[in-house]
Amino acid sequence: MAAGFLGALTGLGGGVVITPAMVLLLGIDLHYAMGAALISVIATSSGAAAAYVREGLSNIRIGMFLEIATTVGAVCGAFAAAKVSPSILGVIFGAVLLHAAWTSMRSHPATRNGEPGDRLAERLRLNGSFPTPEGVRSYKVSHVKTGFGLMFIAGAVSGLLGIGSGALKVLAMDRAMRIPFKVSTTTSNFMIGVTAAASAGVYLNRGYIDPGLTMPVVLGVLGGSMLGARVLPGAPTLTLRRVFGIVVGALAVEMIYSALTGKL
Amino acid sequence: MPLSDRKVDEIIGGLLRYGVMLSASVVGAGGIWYLIQYGTSPPGYHVFRGEPEYLRHLRGIVSGVPGFHCRRMIQLGLVLLIATPVARVAFSVVAFILQRDRMYVAITLIVLSVLLFSLTGRAGG
Repeated sequence: MAAGFLGALTGLGGGVVITPAMVLLLGIDLHYAMGAALISVIATSSGAAAAYVREGLSNIRIGMFLEIATTVGAVCGAFAAAKVSPSILGVIFGAVLLHAAWTSMRSHPATRNGEPGDRLAERLRLNGSFPTPEGVRSYKVSHVKTGFGLMFIAGAVSGLLGIGSGALKVLAMDRAMRIPFKVSTTTSNFMIGVTAAASAGVYLNRGYIDPGLTMPVVLGVLGGSMLGARVLPGAPTLTLRRVFGIVVGALAVEMIYSALTGKL
Repeated sequence: MPLSDRKVDEIIGGLLRYGVMLSASVVGAGGIWYLIQYGTSPPGYHVFRGEPEYLRHLRGIVSGVPGFHCRRMIQLGLVLLIATPVARVAFSVVAFILQRDRMYVAITLIVLSVLLFSLTGRAGG
């Protein structure tokens, strides 16, 4: 079906574009689209996490601890998804897309260092180290409570919309908890699979997950992400990110427009 | 035998990789079967009706209605995919027990119980 197209798109972007593409371009019902997208998010994040964990980049303790917040948030969000009307879901989705477009257009500012860390982080043994080309670098974690709260929101958004909400997780770890960017992104990836699995149970029981629709999406996205991983290193990143940002921005506007005119 | 963090990372990496590979092959095989049976006839996903009862629960997917068919096979593959991160968390419980890290055994058990609560359908409503 449209698997090839979706695969190519997501090789660049992530789960957040699959649902609007299916809803706006193929006219698929929002709930079915969310179910299929959520499952494909589990596939890509588990595949990628396998590699990062082996390289020792993700911090499993940080991931486990914050997963309490994201899984509880995800179950709440997945519950709410059935109660909230499609047009409200569409508007929230559009807002998340706008945020994704905005972050992809902007280059990442360097993480500040030398913060004292946090007593709670000490108690939970969250501080860690990771390999860099210049040798092993250690880091301290701050603002654990703020990060934990933000992770609950990230989980709720993930369950509500059927996305991985990786951008929100990175925001919580990188900005609030002052975890190095590389560790934040890989740990976020590691957490996405578990967060999505928590909502997937609720989605499955509600009948959002259709085998005939999810099959081509999952296989297409897996194929696309493997292809993407091979092609991307040689691609001009900045241009790609600009193009991606514009596409996502356009999807956001279209999504909000359809939601407000009652077409969802 | 104490288990090093490094070793745990490697096992978790392998678990995730093989879980995704296994479920992708089950979904793929079911998908080929599906295409042979239904072809590319345009599916009706424009209106949400929800899945039949037997495709919504673990027990139904494994044994609900007699007869094994392609939609159930794909759904089984998808459930394996959902189970992959759950298996990862379950393994982490064992790993933290072996490392005698009581605090993280407790943390991981909380996460595992949220996942099982969601998957066993008590959150289904």
